[in-house]
Amino acid sequence: MAKQRVKFTFPPHLIQEPIIWRLGRQFDLVTNIRRADVTEDRGWVILELEGEMEEIERGIRWVQEQGVRVDPVPGDIVEG
Amino acid sequence: MSFAKNLRCRECGRLYPLDPIYVCEFCFGPLEVMYDYEALRRHISRRRIEQGPLTIWRYADLLPAEGEPVDIGAGFTPLLEARNLGRALGLRHLYLKNDCVNPTWSFKDRVVSVAATKSREFGFDTLACASTGNLANSVAAHAARAGLRALVFVPADLEVAKILGSAIYGPVLVAVRGSYDDVNRLCSELAEKYRWAFVNINVRPYYAEGSKTLGYEVCEQLGWRAPDHCIVPAASGSLFTKIYKGIKELAWLGLIEWRRPRMSAAQALGCSPIVEAWDRGSFDIRPQRPNTIAKSLAIGNPADGYYALKVLAETGGYGVAVSDEEVVEGIKLLAETEGIFAETAGGVVVAALRRLAREGRIDADETVVAFITGAGLKTAEAVQGALAQPVLVDPTIASFEEAIAQRQGALPTARG
Repeated sequence: MAKQRVKFTFPPHLIQEPIIWRLGRQFDLVTNIRRADVTEDRGWVILELEGEMEEIERGIRWVQEQGVRVDPVPGDIVEG
Repeated sequence: MSFAKNLRCRECGRLYPLDPIYVCEFCFGPLEVMYDYEALRRHISRRRIEQGPLTIWRYADLLPAEGEPVDIGAGFTPLLEARNLGRALGLRHLYLKNDCVNPTWSFKDRVVSVAATKSREFGFDTLACASTGNLANSVAAHAARAGLRALVFVPADLEVAKILGSAIYGPVLVAVRGSYDDVNRLCSELAEKYRWAFVNINVRPYYAEGSKTLGYEVCEQLGWRAPDHCIVPAASGSLFTKIYKGIKELAWLGLIEWRRPRMSAAQALGCSPIVEAWDRGSFDIRPQRPNTIAKSLAIGNPADGYYALKVLAETGGYGVAVSDEEVVEGIKLLAETEGIFAETAGGVVVAALRRLAREGRIDADETVVAFITGAGLKTAEAVQGALAQPVLVDPTIASFEEAIAQRQGALPTARG
């Protein structure tokens, strides 16, 4: 089993969608939220995903396809 | 000796030992190095610092690393009074902190020198990073000096010229096929899997502390006093926050009198998530897709963006975003007035400085320091096409005089 820490940033039109709940239902993943800030027009959630690595990658791809931005927790790693 | 005491979560305040870790296990907040300031205060003095080496390691007591530094000469760069540029902008006390003259020609040598020293202390054998330029150069160079293996990840479509400045030091260069986001995610996963010192991931708390030395040096070079106003380029926001932390630390330790400097952040319009949030009056960073010639500042999702916004608010600083055209003008203005050829980040800073001066946001008598963080040959392509062409002449005096008269008017002759 693998674990991955990620940050989801939600655009306004997805704020009311239960994306994380669906992620846990549609994929064999445990989602564990650690920190979040969600307002009526914007939101981010920092969470840990636990499961097989391939399943984590499939899950992340699906979340991105929904229109959610997915980043590593430390922010951008590639620097100038 | 180091007075580093522990790591502390910047969100929930939990404490951790000084290990190669970077996020709080509880809330996933970033960790920062804390020091025993009481013991430091008893130990440190201006005289002790002044007797130290002419590198960042004169401030070793204030850095989180023990043992022999990995030192190729980073730091203690010139602080130049910029009378010509100051006159052009109506500023009487303008200074330039010229970090172009570091060993690999950018301020990254400060952070990487600390990261490499700490990594060796931890027993790592590999120093790694993901970079499109300055950071890669510095990691490769310091790893060579330290006898560590260097692993440098770059996007596969990066121009050959950008790779050269790293390749010369003999690192393992890994060109990753995929987008910028793909490189980010891969490196984050690799850092979890392998026992490497990834300078801006698992040793980031130590790495970031190296930027404090810019704040220390400026105060020391001003005669042990803080400037009134700092204009700093912002990418991840780490440099910006650490310069301020460095100045505050000197005041806490009684080495300078406390005067809160105004901290202003400069970004390129094509990648300005920190300034965009500042403009909205918000602490919520909205990630952006970078599109600017200022590649060294092109961080769309800045790790320390939130903390940079807090420093802007605390100090009454300004966020300024400038266009790519202004960046080129800034590079040229700096070169033509002060003889310093900066890379695009320097152009961003000078353009932001010019904007603030024109808008009357800097008092003419303030002591202002503009931080020039990298040398111009790294981004020569940015100014190609913006420079005057050579005057082409035949090898005769007549041809020379005719051509030069067309360019700038008749010359006085040497003998009247």
